[in-house]
Amino acid sequence: MEAALFHLFSFLTLAGALLVITRRDPVNAAMLLVLTFFFMAGLFVLAHAWFLAAAQILVYAGAIMVLFLFVIMLLDAKEETRRCFGRVAGVGALAVGGALLAALAGVIRDGRLWRVPAGDAEGTTAAVGRLLFNTYLLPFEVASVLLLAATVGVIVLIRAPRRPDDAPPSA
Amino acid sequence: MSPVFSNLLAQPGVALAAEAAVKIAVVIVVLMGMVAYTVLAERRICALIQDRLGPNRVGAFGLLQPIADSFKLLLKENVLPGHVNRFWYVLAPTIAMAPPLLTLAVIPFGNTLAGFNLVIADLDVGVLWIFSIASLGVYGIVLAGWASNSKYPFLGGMRSAAQLISYEVPMGLSVVSVFLLVGSLKLSNVVAYQAGTWLIFKAPLAFLIFLVSAFAETNRLPFDLPEAEQELVGGYNTEYGQMKFALFFLAEYANMIVASALIVTLFFGGWQVPFVRVEAFGPILAGALGVAAFFVKLLAFIVFFIWVRWTLPRFRYDQLMRLGWRVLLPLALLNIVATALALALKLRA
Amino acid sequence: MIQDYIGIGLLLLTAIGFCGGVLLFSALTAQKAHTNPAKDEAYECGLPAAMAEPRIRFSVKFYLIAVLFILFDIETVFLYPWAVVFRDMIQGGWTIFVAMLSFLGILAAAFVYAWRKGALDGR
Repeated sequence: MEAALFHLFSFLTLAGALLVITRRDPVNAAMLLVLTFFFMAGLFVLAHAWFLAAAQILVYAGAIMVLFLFVIMLLDAKEETRRCFGRVAGVGALAVGGALLAALAGVIRDGRLWRVPAGDAEGTTAAVGRLLFNTYLLPFEVASVLLLAATVGVIVLIRAPRRPDDAPPSA
Repeated sequence: MSPVFSNLLAQPGVALAAEAAVKIAVVIVVLMGMVAYTVLAERRICALIQDRLGPNRVGAFGLLQPIADSFKLLLKENVLPGHVNRFWYVLAPTIAMAPPLLTLAVIPFGNTLAGFNLVIADLDVGVLWIFSIASLGVYGIVLAGWASNSKYPFLGGMRSAAQLISYEVPMGLSVVSVFLLVGSLKLSNVVAYQAGTWLIFKAPLAFLIFLVSAFAETNRLPFDLPEAEQELVGGYNTEYGQMKFALFFLAEYANMIVASALIVTLFFGGWQVPFVRVEAFGPILAGALGVAAFFVKLLAFIVFFIWVRWTLPRFRYDQLMRLGWRVLLPLALLNIVATALALALKLRA
Repeated sequence: MIQDYIGIGLLLLTAIGFCGGVLLFSALTAQKAHTNPAKDEAYECGLPAAMAEPRIRFSVKFYLIAVLFILFDIETVFLYPWAVVFRDMIQGGWTIFVAMLSFLGILAAAFVYAWRKGALDGR
């Protein structure tokens, strides 16, 4: 039963991801990505990674994709649908995609992923907490610096062109 | 029972699925009934507060009004305006309606009855599941506003989305102090922890932040800016009619009920009966009393939600944003540090 | 436990069935739509639809709020496992407390920066 569900969710995840990159309408693509994240959460559940599954939905489907949708709606979705990408962008995309694929192949060939059979470890909140605050304490602390950098970066980017005492033009 | 059927039930997965199916059926029917009568209660209580009568003609005390209303909505003209994005316009109400149904899964509405745990799925991630599913409700509102291709719904949808995500942060942070005390996200553990003292007495600030955020998350006054009639007509659902409108309406009330249920579970002892040792009455009666206690607390909170709506005026948009980001967020963070410090000193003493 | 997710899966199917069922059923019971040009116009409080500008340029502030939301959402996700193991791990020393205090301290710096730059004005 669990194996059958795993294959079902794997298929749905891949099919969803494929649909995301083939849609022309950015809103459709974004919502399909939300659905894909949902299926991925299903895969996490089947791997007994309970905490990760909920965090996946909360952070990716519920937060990051809201930002995507905001950006799409702030731009004009209809215009985006018509836009075509030039040859340079195509080559760039292929290069980045190829590099990602190579990295992924490296991880799979490394074989460390296969040593822990799914279902042996229980990914409860407490188990994640114990790992995070013992073994992975330093990466956890570094994450806060990353979040700080992101905050500063966003505010600088949004505020950069304006002067600090920039009042809205009076009507 | 036929042998084929009992053999099928003997399979562990099938028995669990059958048990879950029965619970789901009961929970959905009870929720929908409560939604229908919360709408009526809202209209009657608001009439009371404004010195009017409210709907009292359909059936005794207007008790058949929800049924009449639902028939009216079913029979209304099914308009699909020409200017909308058809696909997302039709799908948006269902995206808004699904989260409150899904979040109910982890809320324990009683202890045990006849050997069954009275919760659909007592997940280890408990509250995190509720927050993650509830965060998907934003899409229904944003897509409704966007797909309507109309000024007011779009404004209402974007405002609503900004409000929802802004208050998700203090809401999520406020409960951290609860989990510090309980040591688990599982809601059955949270309720068991409150056998002696309810958590509102141990974490009052967390409760206050959670309550205010819950009002904002359910779009109720004083936070009903998404549908501020005087400036936005009807907000994100302006272009909707018939059952598609009704789904938004139902979702709003279902969200309110889920929020009340969560407040009761987290801070008011869930199904715990105060002052009485219910175990003395035997398992069946004790279980039933637990369910009754849960529903009494739940109804009290629903009435409180309605009462507040018809008492307070609406915030201005910038006031709303400031309250969320500049007041509730730092308060929640300070509360976490203070609770952790107090707990550490107590445990290490 | 994986068994707990049987209920979740069933509820997911029920929710989809419920929402889809309501739409389908209401489509059957509904009065057929009588189209007329006015019904196909966006609602404009009675003004001619030609005056309506369907897409309004939107403030970039919404983008800023969404980014800040993501940052604090991730912070919340880190805080939950911390809160769950806090009771056990504080017995072994102050590391767990100090770890989160420094994490929150750095994020508090981000928060103060956003505040000082007026990102939390709500205007």
